[in-house]
Amino acid sequence: MNEFNTYLIGVGGQGIGMLSEILIRAADYAGHRVKAVDTHGLAQRGGTVVSHLRLGDRVYSPMVPKGQAHLVVALERHEALRGLDTAAKEGGDLVYYDTVWQPLGERLGHDEPAGNSLVQEQCKRRGIQCHRVHDPGLDDPRMQNVVVLSEIGRHGLIPGVTHDHYRSAMQDLLTGPLLEKNMALYDSHNA
Amino acid sequence: MKKMGDMLLRKEPFEEIVIGNTALVRAMVESGTRVVSSYPGSPTPEIAIAIRSIPEDQRPFYFEFSTNEKVATEVAYGAAVNGHLSTVFFKSVGLNVASDTLVQLSLVNIIGGMVVVLGDDPGANSSQNEQDNRHFARMSYTPVLEPASPAEVYMYYKAAVMLSQKHHMPVILRLTTHVCHAKEKVAFAGLQTKSFDDTPRFDVRNGPYIPLTTEVFAMKRQALRNLDAVAKYAEQTELNRIVDHGNADLGIITMGLPFLSLMDVLESVETKPDILKLGVVHPVPRGLIRKFVARHKEVKILEELDDILEQEVKRIAYDAGLSTRIVGKNDVEDWVGEYTADKVYHVMAGTWPELLPSKLAKVDQGEGIPARPAQLCPGCGHRSAFFAIKKALSSTDITVADIGCHTLGYLPPYEMGELLMCMGASPGMGSGLSLFNDSRKVVAFMGDSTFFHAGLPGIVNAVFNRHNITLILMENGTTAMTGHQDHPATGRNFNDVTEKVPVRSVLEGLGVQNIYEVDTYQQEKLTVLVKKAVDDDLFSVVIARHPCMLKFTREQRRKKGYRAKRVDIDQGICDRNHACVGAFGCPTFKRNIDGSVEINTDLCIGDGSCIQTCPTEAISPFKPLTRVRQ
Repeated sequence: MNEFNTYLIGVGGQGIGMLSEILIRAADYAGHRVKAVDTHGLAQRGGTVVSHLRLGDRVYSPMVPKGQAHLVVALERHEALRGLDTAAKEGGDLVYYDTVWQPLGERLGHDEPAGNSLVQEQCKRRGIQCHRVHDPGLDDPRMQNVVVLSEIGRHGLIPGVTHDHYRSAMQDLLTGPLLEKNMALYDSHNA
Repeated sequence: MKKMGDMLLRKEPFEEIVIGNTALVRAMVESGTRVVSSYPGSPTPEIAIAIRSIPEDQRPFYFEFSTNEKVATEVAYGAAVNGHLSTVFFKSVGLNVASDTLVQLSLVNIIGGMVVVLGDDPGANSSQNEQDNRHFARMSYTPVLEPASPAEVYMYYKAAVMLSQKHHMPVILRLTTHVCHAKEKVAFAGLQTKSFDDTPRFDVRNGPYIPLTTEVFAMKRQALRNLDAVAKYAEQTELNRIVDHGNADLGIITMGLPFLSLMDVLESVETKPDILKLGVVHPVPRGLIRKFVARHKEVKILEELDDILEQEVKRIAYDAGLSTRIVGKNDVEDWVGEYTADKVYHVMAGTWPELLPSKLAKVDQGEGIPARPAQLCPGCGHRSAFFAIKKALSSTDITVADIGCHTLGYLPPYEMGELLMCMGASPGMGSGLSLFNDSRKVVAFMGDSTFFHAGLPGIVNAVFNRHNITLILMENGTTAMTGHQDHPATGRNFNDVTEKVPVRSVLEGLGVQNIYEVDTYQQEKLTVLVKKAVDDDLFSVVIARHPCMLKFTREQRRKKGYRAKRVDIDQGICDRNHACVGAFGCPTFKRNIDGSVEINTDLCIGDGSCIQTCPTEAISPFKPLTRVRQ
């Protein structure tokens, strides 16, 4: 494969780092050449966080150029819109977890809330396949990233990366009850 | 589960996906580095996370977080003149703090070898500027190696060690943010068992170590001779390499991450220019550059930040009488920002427009989507502090911020901390603002780690010169912004329990007469104390204390029997005055279109600091409903 770019976006504290680490390891298990980079530091304090993942033999820098993401993964609704705008490539995919962490402007009453229809309209206009995910039964919000991962795995959104690759990646990174819980959640969404 | 600590000590060769900062630590272990020091700052704190993953009894080197970058550099230097291979690492602006020591290092005979690892930050991702630290390297006659990827970080650190030990001089390994944090699979060599001879080898006969006038010229000559030796190495090392596309017309000289961005941009170009990718960026290989320039009609210098390499290349070409057209920076924009592939596209399009395909895709810049700036965490003691302090001050009073989480107070709704400079600058700036000023009170803020780092001189100065300002010490018991490192007041250092250096005792020792103390969750009391402090007609300090709740909540979650807490809003009582979501502004509150306010249960930690902010008392700790058996 020459090039496949994934752009992950969310809010600091949502577990985007773990999700990107699972994706890069899974892609490596699938035999892809991998390059990635996460934002660290300041941005983590409730700001937008971004993770880049690039696969293929013809990629060099770890950062996805603007408008060149074949897959945009968002862990929050506003960030889904931001990811679409800044990173998504026409004809690609968007997976987003439909939760809302209101940005400052909305909490202060300066900005209009963003509805789901906005995300869908954007996707339709640009020929992007929209995958909205939400699990009302989830008791720990820090596992929303695994619900998103299941959607990526179920639709095979990253070429060549299969359920087994994602499971192996999780085994690299987690252990004990945490691994069991996350694995069970991953599998339940793929049942 | 794979464990980082196991990987870093593995005996046999292996491959693993790592970030640049982790690759660096493996290189330290393989090189026999004996002493490592630092002060935390992005993009480098993950180096210490990797170090911590190695259990202390198996760690082959000593590590400490020192009180600031200058002290860290001195610790590493002291160890190195005793014969130990040492390394100090810190962020870009940390070098400003360390510079008084750094500029001397190349003058002395560093018998053990010493590598200075810099985390520079083109793009100012997490710094107050994007300064180009190659300037310091030139000023201090210190060689600089600049890797572009984690694999190169690993390889270049070893080269830096080799050069430093061979010439007994400091060597800078210049990393940038997205090299530190880039991830890729790196092939690591096996680990030879090392036995260390820890005999203290300091000997004045290895000197001079006293740079007085009589010695300085000789020391400087030696530094320049060492630099010459590295220049010779630069001519033949594979750290400098040519990507030969057989192009007799166009060539590009570049380095670091911009090289990778360039490779991305050239992917869609048919007739690719040749590339000279420098790994030794100071001193540059003059012969190699001269030959590369001579065999092209035009050469572009693709250089992030300042035009240091451009000046070098033009000087080389001038001295050699070459007629090649050399293109450096075209306009101000070429000096600004990180050289990502998008940026490099624009820079190259401004140089050779016919070379590149017309711009790939038009991208909206997220306009119209509400911005999401970083903000104080749910339960943060600084939020209570700003909420309460704002009530104590007049709108014309001047508030001065310092570096740390509390800097985020400049955002609405608090808008506290209207000027920011660098670590420890707030009392000094505040003192200046108080001169010829009887009408606007001056309040400076400072965090507790900053207090020890660079805060003390400004505080002593305020006492010494009787400046009438109020300093509010935002004590959260950790170095929060960079990832919760301990500092002298916490009672722990990186390795062990240690004596606390309490902030209050230090202030008393410095002669501060008016010291007030309060937990920031006691908002009314804090308001009263700040009013009192600003009315004092001498320098006074308010210690506004509350533990970092991000750290605290993480620790609680790890405990057995932990139960998540949150608050609840009684919708029957709430009159939608919005004090909670508007003025107090915890991100946990959600404002609905109809004006009602809800709790985001994903975010609330149940600290309850908001309860007192509601005039109608609609907020209370959440109590799960008790099930009543029918």
